[in-house]
Amino acid sequence: MADAQKKMTVSDEVAIQITGMNKWYGTFHVLRDINMTVMRGERIVICGPSGSGKSTLIRCVNRLEEHQQGQIIVDGTELTSDLKNIDKVRSEVGMVFQHFNLFPHLTILENLTLAPIWVRKVPKKEAEETAMYFLHKVKIPEQALKYPGQLSGGQQQRVAIARSLCMKPRIMLFDEPTSALDPEMIKEVLDTMIQLAEEGMTMICVTHEMGFAQAVANRVIFMDQGQIVEQNAPKEFFSNPQSDRTKLFLSQILGH
Amino acid sequence: MPATPTEPAFVRREMLAQKLPPVSERGAIKWLRENLFSGPMNSTLTVLGLIAVYYLLRGFYPWLSNSVWNAESYRECRDIVIAQSGEGATGACWAMVRVRWNQFLFGLYPVQEYWRPVTAFGLMLVALAPVLYYGLRRPNVRMVGAVTVALVLALWGLGTDTSHLLVCTAIMLALTAVAWLAPKRLVWLTLLFPLIAYFLLWGGSVWGPVGVLIGIGLGAGAWWFAQRSFGVVVAAAIGLAVAVLWWLVLHTAITSALYAVMPLELPYVRSDDFGGFLLAFVIGIAAITASLPIGILLALGRQSDMFLVKTLSVGFIEFFRGVPLITVLFSANFLLLYFLPPRTNFDLIVRVIIVVIIFASAYIAEVIRGGLAALPRGQYEAADALGLDYWQAQRLIIMPQALKISIPGIVSSFIGLFKDTTLVALVGLMDPLQGVTKIVRADTAWKGIYWEPYIFVGGIFFIVCFGMSRYSMYLEGKLKTDHR
Repeated sequence: MADAQKKMTVSDEVAIQITGMNKWYGTFHVLRDINMTVMRGERIVICGPSGSGKSTLIRCVNRLEEHQQGQIIVDGTELTSDLKNIDKVRSEVGMVFQHFNLFPHLTILENLTLAPIWVRKVPKKEAEETAMYFLHKVKIPEQALKYPGQLSGGQQQRVAIARSLCMKPRIMLFDEPTSALDPEMIKEVLDTMIQLAEEGMTMICVTHEMGFAQAVANRVIFMDQGQIVEQNAPKEFFSNPQSDRTKLFLSQILGH
Repeated sequence: MPATPTEPAFVRREMLAQKLPPVSERGAIKWLRENLFSGPMNSTLTVLGLIAVYYLLRGFYPWLSNSVWNAESYRECRDIVIAQSGEGATGACWAMVRVRWNQFLFGLYPVQEYWRPVTAFGLMLVALAPVLYYGLRRPNVRMVGAVTVALVLALWGLGTDTSHLLVCTAIMLALTAVAWLAPKRLVWLTLLFPLIAYFLLWGGSVWGPVGVLIGIGLGAGAWWFAQRSFGVVVAAAIGLAVAVLWWLVLHTAITSALYAVMPLELPYVRSDDFGGFLLAFVIGIAAITASLPIGILLALGRQSDMFLVKTLSVGFIEFFRGVPLITVLFSANFLLLYFLPPRTNFDLIVRVIIVVIIFASAYIAEVIRGGLAALPRGQYEAADALGLDYWQAQRLIIMPQALKISIPGIVSSFIGLFKDTTLVALVGLMDPLQGVTKIVRADTAWKGIYWEPYIFVGGIFFIVCFGMSRYSMYLEGKLKTDHR
């Protein structure tokens, strides 16, 4: 895990640019003046107490949530209410959810090939080959013809990652991917994510796995009350936090 | 002093063979004891239940066992029963069914045209095959083949004239060949079936249905070209406008011109002559097939973010769920004509079908909304995150799951709908339960008969509805993939 950092490089090309973004739920101000630039190849971990808006932030990046003010540009496409742009961004940005959200009525293979066939218009055979390639990569090719309900949580989450990868995304978003898993399954999912990071994928992860943050992330962002409170390289962030709020948070999650 | 063992040392030399449980713990005795006599309360109830069944059977059985199948009138039936079992005996007179079965099935439909509804029914089963087993060769061939055999036998039994018998046989053999060679192509029959059925059942010029088909084709073509530049919804409106224009402006002129050149037609049968189960099936099947897609659209409309679509859907659903079907049926007699261009003369059965469809789709919409509500939010989000557009997400992710959850509710609605077709008696149509029975009982030969027609009609309704119910359970089992 330790040398993982060395292999990964960050390019000087901008992947995501968020400027002056605000979001409200009704009158509740969930995200306040978010400014953030993600370069291609960056691995960013977002942490913070629950309700701090970290999930909402990454869900704004593929417009599962709508922002009311400011600008979000993903891969050169600005997110507005234009449906064509939204679909374009969504097909370039993969997302992995806390509860996997696999399609229970389809087999694993069908889960993986559905979007490539219908969105990318890839021929079925080719889509299946790609799907098998990624299933090998997440180490469960033998499950291809089963249904999601027959798999363990860790396996389901790896399938979910493979499903996103089948769309050949340029950016991956992870929304607490290990929070719904048993401790022994967390490792298999994290290993898959580390492998992905080593291959140079641009990643934004909302997670409480601080070990993962230290090993893989090149930047850690701490959020509280809808704002970015502190961001730094992981080494600095963990050994020398600046704000009191960060110190308190770290002492709570690392304290035991 | 060493501790004395409580038991002497033991070594088993021979293994014990397997034995059956004691008599009172197995088979029928165990079942009886557990299910019927598990305690004083249960035993008392069992005995009371048996007594009740005995009294029911004692009253009912002689009537049933004295059934008469061969007689020309109710009086003759009674005479036969009395001759067989003595004065005061009662017996069912099924001879009425034997003599008047054709009216229960077809109403006053002309006898020499019976082949038409029967063929339409057979074609409906063929049209159903690709819906049940899309693209699978063996079950399709098996189903179409069985229908072919049954249909030819039925037509022959009905004494159909040779030319029609031959034409129908040839068509059915051709369809079997299609099922064998290209099972997916059968879907075309499914799509065309409504027009084919209309032509077969009502007859008249063949160019009427063809004109309707042309209108649909033009509308679909317009939709196809428009959706490239205007988006799906606007294109649908344009397509509809083109089709309506065709039907209003050109349809009549062109179809009558075609008729003048090539007068292909079947004798016209008036809606008043439709009756019995023919009527129930025509209304029931039309309403079932049309109300499902409309119900889906209404359920989606109700969930829509667009205010107007949502309000209209909610208003439609709540209005038609709030009024009794009979009210809607009565209004079908005149109200529907207000919404149509002047001088359109709509057939009563078609009008009734339309209101029953409207009524049923409101119910189906609510059942499907229940299924939609049961889906976790994450399914929508996952579909969105993968870049599927709204209609793709609905068709591939949401609907397959929501419909699966809703199967029991949908089938319940369908069963209720099928039974409700008997209500059309109230607008003067000849439904099997009231309409036909009234005619039969008005006949002097069968004056005084009471139970038999209702039991007969009820029995057929039961068979059809029970079949639907079993099919839905089979479907639920087949689609079960969640492995809970």
